[in-house]
Amino acid sequence: MNINIKYFGVLAEKTACQEEQIDFESGKVSDVMKLILERHPNLKPEEFQVAQNKLIVDREASVDGTEIALLPPFSGG
Amino acid sequence: MERYSRHILLNEVGQKGQEKISNARVLVVGAGGLGCPVLQYLTAAGVGELGIIDDDLVEMSNLQRQVLYGTSSLGLNKAEAAKKRLEDLNPSIIIHAYSEKLSISNAISLFEKYTIIVDGTDNFETRYLINDAAILTKRPVVYGAIYKFEGQLSVFNYNDGPSYRCLFPEPPQNPEAVNCSQVGVLGVLPAIIGSMQANEVLKIILEIKGVLTGKLSCYDAKTSNVHHIKITKNERLINEIKNRPLKKEVSLLCTSNIQEITVEKALKKANVIFLDVREMGEEPTLEMDNYQQIPLSKISENLYEINTDSEIIVLCQGGERSKNAIQILIQNNFNNCHNLKGGAPALLAQLKHNAV
Repeated sequence: MNINIKYFGVLAEKTACQEEQIDFESGKVSDVMKLILERHPNLKPEEFQVAQNKLIVDREASVDGTEIALLPPFSGG
Repeated sequence: MERYSRHILLNEVGQKGQEKISNARVLVVGAGGLGCPVLQYLTAAGVGELGIIDDDLVEMSNLQRQVLYGTSSLGLNKAEAAKKRLEDLNPSIIIHAYSEKLSISNAISLFEKYTIIVDGTDNFETRYLINDAAILTKRPVVYGAIYKFEGQLSVFNYNDGPSYRCLFPEPPQNPEAVNCSQVGVLGVLPAIIGSMQANEVLKIILEIKGVLTGKLSCYDAKTSNVHHIKITKNERLINEIKNRPLKKEVSLLCTSNIQEITVEKALKKANVIFLDVREMGEEPTLEMDNYQQIPLSKISENLYEINTDSEIIVLCQGGERSKNAIQILIQNNFNNCHNLKGGAPALLAQLKHNAV
């Protein structure tokens, strides 16, 4: 199945895209993260939170959604 | 009441709602890009008591987005300058300016004086402090944060809802996440996010349903897209915060904000120590007064050996380890640190030159 990956803030700059599709069979969110980090080795797994279908999830959660978003914290004010 | 007539005409506000606004006490932490619009709209709305805390001074590069200030405010403390402008906007409310930094020693007593806290800060250290102090004092936090063209907005700790740590449990440890004053920002972005924060404050005061709790709103000024992400409450984490004293979070400095000093200037200073953070035995070795060597790898556990009354000139071989050491020193309240340009080789060359 195709999962839509969304990147926010500095992550969109690092990956040079705001969203992209990843082909994924089944498994955990952390398995999707592995694929993403292979594709974008400049991302660091500890620099963002992961939301699946618009809900913040643990990386041990199983993938049951079609959208995964990577959210970095912003400090600016 | 002519001033508030357009509010009073709204069914959701009315005379009663306007009284609620007049009775509200709101503390705005940070009077920068986000704080300015928040303060303007809350002042105009007639929030009875406003607190402004910021230890920063108005700089020329602020004026592109911090619209409370003008050229006549340059060099003034932001809290004081904001208060002056806001008192003209609405003299019937009380405004307190605190020209200091929010810290573990003043956060609780300050939060207790107000009913709603607005987070308009520009650093993680203060964001985590606001979160923890708000949990301890049971205050809702109207949170806003920006990065270039994107903004985040949420209301934390509202009616026992999720907190900032339920979203981001710990501050990031990668220096790239740290907001450098050198990072660009679209001037109108903080105005958008800050106005949305002011909106959330008014919704809380007026008890309007639909306060942005349990959700993070992510706004992109380029696409005008808004994404809402749900956040679940982390009870364990919140209980931990409730049962421990406030802690100062380690906050990385943007490395470009580390003060550099040349060897010539450093050697002319009185009351300094030269702190060498290279490993023992690295060449060239230095023999001089006011010299101390603590390798970077051991600095955290040996901070007590460093004289806190002196300015600290930190050096290594190439300038990277000394920057890391300065991060650690600043996190531990050694505020007067400089990075020595050229490191040990430059220092040795100058010492030899001076000896001739």
